[in-house]
Amino acid sequence: MQAKKRYLLVSVGACSLLLAYLCGLQIGEFHNQNHAELYGVSQDAGVPPRPPRWPEWVDPPPQTYLGEAEQEEDGPLLLHQHTSPRERREIQKNIYKSRRCRMETCFDFQRCERGFKIYVYPSQKGEVPSESYQKILAAIEESRFYTTDPNEACLFVLSIDTLDRDQLSAQYVHNIRARIQSLPLWYEGRNHLIFNLYSGTWPDYTEELGFDIGQAMLAKASTDMDNFRPRFDVSIPLFSKDHPQKGGSKGYLNLNNVPPLRKYLLVFKGKRYLTGIGSETRNALYHIHNGDDIILLTTCKHGKDWEKHKDARCDRDNEEYTKFDYQELLHNSSFCLVPRGRRLGSFRFLEALQAACIPVLLSNGWELPFSEVIDWSKAAIIGDERLLLQVPSITRSVGSDRILALRQQTQFLWDAYFSSVTKIVLTTLEIIHDRIQTHMSRSRLMWNSLPGGLYALPEFSSDLTLFPFYYSALGKSPSQEFTAVIQAVTPLQSQQQPIFKLIHAVAKSKFCAQILVLWNCEKPPPPRNKWPSITTPFSIIEGKRKTMSGRFFPHQAIITDAVLSLDEDSVLSTNEVDFAFIVWQSFPDRIVGYPARSHYWDSGKGRWGYTSKWTNEYSMVLTGAAFYHRYYHHLYTYYLPTSLLSMVDQLANCEDILMNFLISAVTKLPPIKVTQKKQYKETMMQQGSKASRWADPDHFAQRQSCMNSFTSWFGFMPLLHSQLRLDPVLFKDQVSILRKKYRDIERL
Amino acid sequence: MCAAVKYGSRGPALIPRMKTKHRIYYITLFSVVLLGLIATGMFQFWPHSIESSAEWSLDRRSVHDAPLVRIPMSSPIPERGDLSCRMHTCFDVYRCGYNPKNKIKVYIYPLQRFVDEVGVPISSTGLSREYNDLLSAISDSDFYTDDVSRACLFIPSIDVLNQNSLRIRENAQALAMLPRWDKGMNHLLFNMLPGGPPDYNTALDVPRDRALLAGGGFSTWTYRQGYDVSIPVYSPFSAEVDLPERQPGPRRYFILSSQTVIHREYRVELERLKEENGEALLLLDKCSNLSQGLASVRKRCYKGQVYDYPQILQESSFCVVLRGARLGQATLSDVLQAGCVPVIMADSYILPFSEVLDWKRASVVIPEEKLPEMYTILKSIPHRQVEEMQRQARWFWEAYFSSMNAIGMTTLQIINDRIYPYAARTYEEWNNPPVVKWTSVNSPLFLPLIPPRSPGFTAVVLTYDRIESLFRVITEISKVPSLAKLLVVWNNQNKSPPEESLWPKVAVPLKVLRTKENKLSNRFFPFDEIETEAVLAIDDDIIMLTSDELQFGYEVWREFPDRLVGYPGRLHLWDHEMGKWKYESEWTNEVSMVLTGAAFYHKYFNYLYTYKMPGDIKNWVDAHMNCEDIAMNFLVANITGKAPIKVTPRKKFKCPECTAIDGLSLDQTHMVERSECINKFASVFATMPLKVVEHRADPVLYKDDFPEKLKSFPNIGSL
Repeated sequence: MQAKKRYLLVSVGACSLLLAYLCGLQIGEFHNQNHAELYGVSQDAGVPPRPPRWPEWVDPPPQTYLGEAEQEEDGPLLLHQHTSPRERREIQKNIYKSRRCRMETCFDFQRCERGFKIYVYPSQKGEVPSESYQKILAAIEESRFYTTDPNEACLFVLSIDTLDRDQLSAQYVHNIRARIQSLPLWYEGRNHLIFNLYSGTWPDYTEELGFDIGQAMLAKASTDMDNFRPRFDVSIPLFSKDHPQKGGSKGYLNLNNVPPLRKYLLVFKGKRYLTGIGSETRNALYHIHNGDDIILLTTCKHGKDWEKHKDARCDRDNEEYTKFDYQELLHNSSFCLVPRGRRLGSFRFLEALQAACIPVLLSNGWELPFSEVIDWSKAAIIGDERLLLQVPSITRSVGSDRILALRQQTQFLWDAYFSSVTKIVLTTLEIIHDRIQTHMSRSRLMWNSLPGGLYALPEFSSDLTLFPFYYSALGKSPSQEFTAVIQAVTPLQSQQQPIFKLIHAVAKSKFCAQILVLWNCEKPPPPRNKWPSITTPFSIIEGKRKTMSGRFFPHQAIITDAVLSLDEDSVLSTNEVDFAFIVWQSFPDRIVGYPARSHYWDSGKGRWGYTSKWTNEYSMVLTGAAFYHRYYHHLYTYYLPTSLLSMVDQLANCEDILMNFLISAVTKLPPIKVTQKKQYKETMMQQGSKASRWADPDHFAQRQSCMNSFTSWFGFMPLLHSQLRLDPVLFKDQVSILRKKYRDIERL
Repeated sequence: MCAAVKYGSRGPALIPRMKTKHRIYYITLFSVVLLGLIATGMFQFWPHSIESSAEWSLDRRSVHDAPLVRIPMSSPIPERGDLSCRMHTCFDVYRCGYNPKNKIKVYIYPLQRFVDEVGVPISSTGLSREYNDLLSAISDSDFYTDDVSRACLFIPSIDVLNQNSLRIRENAQALAMLPRWDKGMNHLLFNMLPGGPPDYNTALDVPRDRALLAGGGFSTWTYRQGYDVSIPVYSPFSAEVDLPERQPGPRRYFILSSQTVIHREYRVELERLKEENGEALLLLDKCSNLSQGLASVRKRCYKGQVYDYPQILQESSFCVVLRGARLGQATLSDVLQAGCVPVIMADSYILPFSEVLDWKRASVVIPEEKLPEMYTILKSIPHRQVEEMQRQARWFWEAYFSSMNAIGMTTLQIINDRIYPYAARTYEEWNNPPVVKWTSVNSPLFLPLIPPRSPGFTAVVLTYDRIESLFRVITEISKVPSLAKLLVVWNNQNKSPPEESLWPKVAVPLKVLRTKENKLSNRFFPFDEIETEAVLAIDDDIIMLTSDELQFGYEVWREFPDRLVGYPGRLHLWDHEMGKWKYESEWTNEVSMVLTGAAFYHKYFNYLYTYKMPGDIKNWVDAHMNCEDIAMNFLVANITGKAPIKVTPRKKFKCPECTAIDGLSLDQTHMVERSECINKFASVFATMPLKVVEHRADPVLYKDDFPEKLKSFPNIGSL
């Protein structure tokens, strides 16, 4: 019996082994198949390569799809020749209106031939638009596009507040339809731009505005792709009424952590709607909440009668909800979930962006803010509401390098386009501006890399390599020469004047391509033979406007990337010029100068102070002797508002401060000071030269007040301090002077 | 199989009396099992080999053998195509699933020949050469699956490339008859010539439900952004012509118009431009004396003079691509192929692959109305940019236009990117031609940041056994205000570090990390203990740096957090005699490297060094016990495109670079080895990434005539 039992056992064992083997074989095969499919690799050596799966015909079709007729554009009849292109365009304009508007059918380009000017209708008496709309209008009025003359306007903006079109809202403005129709320049809305943040209302939140916008363009938040008229409307972000007018707070990222993963992987804290439109996604969030690194908190508490719809999870959710602080979550998470609310966009989007918390968008059909120009895949994870359950694995699969890049991009975009109402409005306007002058518009690279589209003016050049910002992205470097631009204000009297020495010194530099003298003196410029004889190309430009700002005018004659800006009384040696230029080549987007100045916060007076004392740090370099990219001439002249430029002209002062403000605002970096032989300017002041404006006692006070005016226009203090100076490698080293390349800098 | 085993299991019953026959029983059982195994094996593998060989033989089929399908008159017709379709409304994403490769699966329906009730084919041409090439290319690609149940995207084998050759209603019915049609969900149709006379719709007229359309010639009103794909109109005749790439530069003509059918109003405009600008323009037309056929396709004429087409396109900087009856023109493809910059005048046209391609870099788009201003507009474009555009145009053609394969793969990749947006190809990957990809630098730390001072830095001291010197270094560093932590990397496996009580007393945490092997790369390991972003790498014999110098170095790093900021600088030089790179440590006016015997850098570079160092550099360094600093300089310069920053004047360093081979500092062999490192690394990186600069960083008031006690960093450069 025992033997029998044993036999039985062994047999059963063998049988099950065989079964297991069989199953294993099946699974194994399944795996193999998977593997091959996934990696698309042809099977290992020994097995012949897989035959092409679309048959290789013995008689491949000989005829091409492009028949003879098509080469002739549909035959000898040339049917399309009957309608003239002009007629066709007219026909299209009649067909493609309202909801099918495009620039070419609903926009009158002729109005813009005299430039991109924007007119804002005067506001009605006694009517106060909402805070946000006031900010929008203020931004337009302060911009370089603003005009008070409707006849020269290209674009019109309503004074009627159209931001909140939710009928249940207190801000809702009634009777818009009639009021718009009565506008004398309405023209069915042609060339009008309408701003909107909220449209539609409970329960379905359609994008109804409550009036007919006709052929007007919409700059709207939470736009649905369905209603969005591509390259006609502009999708803007939803912003709160507390969003700052100008400047705006900085992004939260102040250093790049590695490894970049934060305490939490993914967070969300917000309302849950229980029923109605947009509720599904938020109601399902608890499925992926794990209480560990994925913290998705919802509360049912909102509105008056939330308890009516209360579901089984509400109490537990509400309790969890109070345990976490929103700001704490925002700062400590790698990713932030941005699910749709009732409407497609939410405040959360900008909050996440600012917090350098990479947004994970779950809002199907949302036309993302400024999607026409911003490449959101560089700053956000675009998810699909239907695939909520994949979100954890997707976020976990994002590599460290990608997180690092995405996070930095959130900060760049926040600062470039979103941090203030002014930036949002200007971005909207520049997008439209780009459409109007298509051959002079920004490329995607300009919009999506530092310093951003608002600081990169396409009118300067369509060639990206002529800007100071894209050298490394395009694998280029700045040109090897510079143009010296000398501002001359005193008549030529003797050969001993410092300008003569200066011209000789600069002309000796092998990098000097040309010398331009900006003749800003009342007397006519002396003839060429009165000037020093040098071989370097030399020319005199008589400023049309003999003003301070004129020195930064982008003269056609300047053809090199680098400009050496000089005062006539600057004292520089060839060595100093050469060295500074070599340094500038490493930092082509910055200003590289010799004498430096500093700013500080004067807490006693509650304003910014200016100092020319010798300090351990500096934030400006004087443009009486400085290298910078010629693009900044263009930016200075065309980007800055006339209010600041005329202030500089009137005072005949502060132009250098303004230039430093501008460049630091663009680069977010301090200027660079290089070493110099003598203490420039200071020596001049001691001589008490009458010509020197530096001797003027008001001069200093003016500079103080300039700083504060500039800060208020920029909306923030762009200047940054640096504690270092760049010297030649062997500067004052104890080694034979013969070994040194820049000897003159050390000699006294 | 199991039955056989069961039979075997009856063994004991059959041989009950054979008490000592265990062995026989086992043998029987074994052989039965073995037989079973062999049989299963045969069963598993046999049919497969039959199947694949059958497939193989089937693959040499004739197009005419494709099964014939008769479409009943009453067969349903799909809806016209929903203009509001988007990926999230009309596309079933669940079919694509989540997979680690982020690659969609594409199924191609087998070829069928559709005919109507009376046996007339639904298309006059049937399968065209191009569509056959396209399907064949897709089936050879990684996207392809032959398993219909696992497919995410379905491609009908019904050729609708040219609407003119189609019977619209019957083609629509044929589509609806496809077994997985399901209202066109996840189906992709390719069409290059849409519409027909007289009004030429800009999208395929065949009703197609929710199917995606890859169409040539979309206008902004028919293109469903983010759903359809705009594709080029393939140019089969020019693709046969081999036009070698020409160097970008000025050409004989400035503007060339080669299209044979241009609306007469536009031709009049062009002729006026020609009158104004003379030789700069070349206006070609078809040759009147040539008969139809290929000859007429390959020739163009101007006043009796005959030009070869498309070769003549290479003779012009700009080439006009005007709309015809249709918006999409095959000429665009020819023009790109010739490296001529297209001047596209087709209002409302959605340019091919515009979802991913940045056409501004390769073309000029001018509104039709502005045709008279064309010359002025083009003249305003700088020469350098024209050259860039010529290069870009040619590259677009090579990568995305040159074959049906390229067009098909690009289309599928675009759809793939929409389904897996988090794994999508980037703007740079799509748009940068190889030459730019090689030379451009996109630094991983690109945001201009000046990190706050407060977290301070972590000093990582590499040591072997020089305890006395090590302790001095620790004492010196501990005086630096911003020091946050001290880590000692103890690289000596034979000797234990001194007892805790013997170490100098310092105010910051000090930790000794013992390594498993004496490797130089240990100093760059991203230890968890490094909690600050700033790292100071320092050798155990660098006792000469003052606390002012170190603090200043940290301040400089804050202003350049993406660079190496170090004290002793070195240079690489090209040795013309030897024809290779040379290492230089003499007093030079230039710097391209800083020694990591004393350098600040971002912790990020520790990860790069440890996990992303190209080639075998890391092992090479460990094996040679030298050049880890050169490797680090290469790595950082290569990824950031920036030079290191040398801080403060040169000091008498006790040969900081030769800790590994103490005492041999002045030896020629050491320099030779360092030179070899540079050459070795340059070949691994396939470029010389090091950047040469002539500056160093000093405190603002360094050596200025100013009271020392008012200077932030007075003690700089003391020997």
